[in-house]
Amino acid sequence: MNVDTIKNGLVIDHIRAGCGWRIFQWLGLDKAPFTAALIMNVPSRKTGKKDIIKVDNIIDIDFSVLGFIDPNICVNIIKDETIVRKINMELPTRVQNVFHCKNPRCITATEHYVPSTFLLVDKEKGLYRCEYCDALYIAGEGGNPVETRT
Amino acid sequence: MLKGRHLIEPDDLSVEEIDEICSLAEQMIVDPVAFQDVCRGKILATLFFEPSTRTRLSFEAAMLHLGGSVEGFADAQSSSASKGETLADTIRVVSSYVDIIAMRTPKEGASLLASEYSDCPVINAGDGGHFHPTQTLTDLVTIRQLRGGFEGHTIGFCGDLKFGRTVHSLVQAMCRYKDSKFIFISPPELTIPEYIMENVLIPAGVPYETATRLEDVIDQVDILYMTRVQKERFFNEQDYIRLKDSYILDKNKMKLARKDMIVLHPLPRVNEIAPEVDEDPRAAYFKQVKYGMYARMALISKITGCL
Repeated sequence: MNVDTIKNGLVIDHIRAGCGWRIFQWLGLDKAPFTAALIMNVPSRKTGKKDIIKVDNIIDIDFSVLGFIDPNICVNIIKDETIVRKINMELPTRVQNVFHCKNPRCITATEHYVPSTFLLVDKEKGLYRCEYCDALYIAGEGGNPVETRT
Repeated sequence: MLKGRHLIEPDDLSVEEIDEICSLAEQMIVDPVAFQDVCRGKILATLFFEPSTRTRLSFEAAMLHLGGSVEGFADAQSSSASKGETLADTIRVVSSYVDIIAMRTPKEGASLLASEYSDCPVINAGDGGHFHPTQTLTDLVTIRQLRGGFEGHTIGFCGDLKFGRTVHSLVQAMCRYKDSKFIFISPPELTIPEYIMENVLIPAGVPYETATRLEDVIDQVDILYMTRVQKERFFNEQDYIRLKDSYILDKNKMKLARKDMIVLHPLPRVNEIAPEVDEDPRAAYFKQVKYGMYARMALISKITGCL
């Protein structure tokens, strides 16, 4: 399958297979006025298969959120059909409003104006805690954090 | 400098500040009359979105003993929260009337949220199963009074360690003292939460062990901290009924304990300490109640800047 070469834009590569659509939506590309492509299940030597997003426009991206959803992602910045910069993701120290705390006793469950904020506790384990109730979550899993036992 | 500060969790206070509060509480225990006017003209709001007898009355008595005034509500139904007002708005309004707020809610993190919208200091008087730092000050004043200090104690926590916020707070506080050791005694369903393990115990490197039978470990502890299995923390009544009488401290178990052990309990108790234990000189939970009021007096007078 061929998707046209990008002149000026982004290639978001090494997305965990199956997570591309979520990131596509998160970036608002499903409503974008410019050309954007989601390519799913691309063969990958590292992981067997992966998703790729190509965007024919330079857009502002919250890289911290991408890093939280999948720290293996690599963003290539393209100018005049050449990769001018590669940005590897890492786990952000703080993520806000990417997901909601699942603890039914957490204050954010009832006070909906409060931003859902999570702070990195352990980089090795990808462990985050809810700023308000301290419930723990593991990053990754395509942006669906796994609630740990509390 | 404690003046103007919020108290949301025990770690908000340094070891030195805890010592400062405990020392002041001890002076108040010895000579309460000397402090009867230190908060004159100050107002404490007690915002209790969840029923509480002991903590609310303790806060109110503390402020009255300091010569200050008290206003507030004792349950969410008598507040604007029942009309759908947000917590942020309630706090904005109340903090424009008073000098200090003591707040109890069933929601975890509510006091932290309140502190973000308040014009005056907020004291967390218990937020769900999360933290209860003034109970911790109560426990610490009691430990210092009855055991002479904080270092070198083996503390057995028994009962509901999952939802027991007083346990979480005291663990966090005692981790900071030299040679502390913990024994966690609970049914598998009510073990200490992982966030306490990950955020508090493991970083502090404090030794701990777990047990399921109180009688197996009671002879090892200097301080036995009993807790109630709290009905209000369960979504399923059957689980509560199954677990509520997991541990009952009675005379026979007390015979296995050290002669100088002390038994603490944040109260109210239900069945977990048999009334026959009350006569035992090691039962310290009613002294603890009184020390709690002095701990709150010391805290209020510091945070309001009156002392």
